[in-house]
Amino acid sequence: MKIKGKSWKFGNDIDTDAIIPARYLNTIDAAELASHCMEDADPQFASRVKPGEIIAAGKNFGCGSSREHAPISIKAAGVACVVAQSFARIFYRNALNMGLPILECPEGAERIQRGDELEIDLDSGVIENLTRKEKYTAQPIPAFMQKLIKAGGLMEYVKEQMTGRE
Amino acid sequence: MQKTMSEKILADHAGKSEVFPDELVEVRVDFALGNDITAPLAIEAFKKSGAKKVFDRDRVCFVPDHFVPNKDIASAIQARMLRDFAREHDLRYYFEVGRMGVEHALLPEQGLVLPGDVVIGADSHTCTYGALGAFATGVGSTDLAAAMITGKVWFKTPHSMKFIFRGKLRPWVGGKDIILHTIGKIGVDGARYRAMEFEGEVIDSLSMSDRFSMCNMAIEAGAKVGLIAPDSTTESYVSGRAKRPFKFYRSDPGATYEAVHEWDLSSLEPVVALPHSPENVKQVTEIPETPIDQVVIGSCTNGRLEDLRLAAKILKGRKVARGVRCLIIPATQLIYMEAMEEGLLETFIEAEAAVSTPTCGPCLGGHMGILAPGESAVATTNRNFVGRMGHVDSKVYLSNPAVAAASAVLGRIAHPEEVLS
Repeated sequence: MKIKGKSWKFGNDIDTDAIIPARYLNTIDAAELASHCMEDADPQFASRVKPGEIIAAGKNFGCGSSREHAPISIKAAGVACVVAQSFARIFYRNALNMGLPILECPEGAERIQRGDELEIDLDSGVIENLTRKEKYTAQPIPAFMQKLIKAGGLMEYVKEQMTGRE
Repeated sequence: MQKTMSEKILADHAGKSEVFPDELVEVRVDFALGNDITAPLAIEAFKKSGAKKVFDRDRVCFVPDHFVPNKDIASAIQARMLRDFAREHDLRYYFEVGRMGVEHALLPEQGLVLPGDVVIGADSHTCTYGALGAFATGVGSTDLAAAMITGKVWFKTPHSMKFIFRGKLRPWVGGKDIILHTIGKIGVDGARYRAMEFEGEVIDSLSMSDRFSMCNMAIEAGAKVGLIAPDSTTESYVSGRAKRPFKFYRSDPGATYEAVHEWDLSSLEPVVALPHSPENVKQVTEIPETPIDQVVIGSCTNGRLEDLRLAAKILKGRKVARGVRCLIIPATQLIYMEAMEEGLLETFIEAEAAVSTPTCGPCLGGHMGILAPGESAVATTNRNFVGRMGHVDSKVYLSNPAVAAASAVLGRIAHPEEVLS
């Protein structure tokens, strides 16, 4: 699967409070959560991000709280992929469980600037920076996670198990 | 083969003789919990899957504690989802307002999470139970939903890091200072995906309360779990409360660690994490004069009876400085009751602090103490991210309860000795 879009740029240690502040956690409505996405890191983001755009960020993206509302808000805001130097572990699980594509790519995370046009091949993990005419290769997604993704996410995997039991 | 505690617990719960770092394992879950923020998403996923019942009504637990007592109508609706689900599935451990506490103080207190357990919670501070020698970690709502149905969860077996603390702690230095000091040294991703193990003579002589504070904040270094090997302190805490059998695991002497840090803490003064990161740690004595508007003493990190006793030692016979609001939140109903019996609540109220029913409230900027633009708070909580306790232009300084209480009295960040002298 290929993704093509403009990139946004964020720094290191973007925490889930910045991605979706707790003051908005009295709802689980994805569209409502999306309208506050990244608010405490960039208050303009939610109103300006366009469907299919990409977030590039530094190390430890998604650190802090376990709130799944974070990847939900990013996905519902229309973001097609998050490329980071590294991800915090709970966010990493949550993003894949939610079906939000994320790629760990230190080189790309460093080189990509705001507004760069990117083309990402999720299967190969190759990120092409069309603006800078550069290519970066992301860490491959672990085989077990790929199995989950192919099953359609964790809950589909669980459903398969439930059917198997009956 | 010589193994770490984490590897042993995971192997036993996976039905394997041994597991290795990076190995993916599907393990049995002893206890799974959610709160009023995270459980609604889990309940939704549970229902969508077509599941009819939870794997074990004694092992799935809901604790509404974040936005309760209900802060607004939307929160009331979310809390009701937990109540309805708990009733429908006859969950044995659903804790209503009036019986509840801050989850990570409540569940150990009630003997529901135990040494040797695998515990998952849809709350990042689930790692608190590592203080009992449990493999306990935070997950998202979907992982919780899956475990509610199957009683299982998958993990990548973490590499372990060992932290050995030597020396003798100075007065007013406790678990909170040790963990902040550690995060200050290794950074907020210094233990990302790793199991942190804490040991040494400092840990040996630490109370359970201080141990909980330490393991609670392992997540703030990015860790999957923070563990302390069970000993006689653990034994005396657990015996009498345990609702199930439990098992002590210890790491083998020759187990493999990715890193070993050994620090002498004899000269460590109480520390504060400055805005806006838990790694931004300074000794209190090094901080220039910093006026504050609010103090919060409570949370899953420092809302236990021992924490309140420390605060009371400072506040006894003194008043909260003019212009400062001091909020004290016992973490559970039992702690509240004990604090009342010991006269601590009287001390707080006489000092003109506000004492509240248990809630996570201000820690995550939920309710019960939100900061206005430009305001600063000293809090015994665990995170000081931008906007964590309110407006994006507010600031949070993390400290231990004695420093927080001293700061309340002096209206600025203060060392407890400054108040007592």
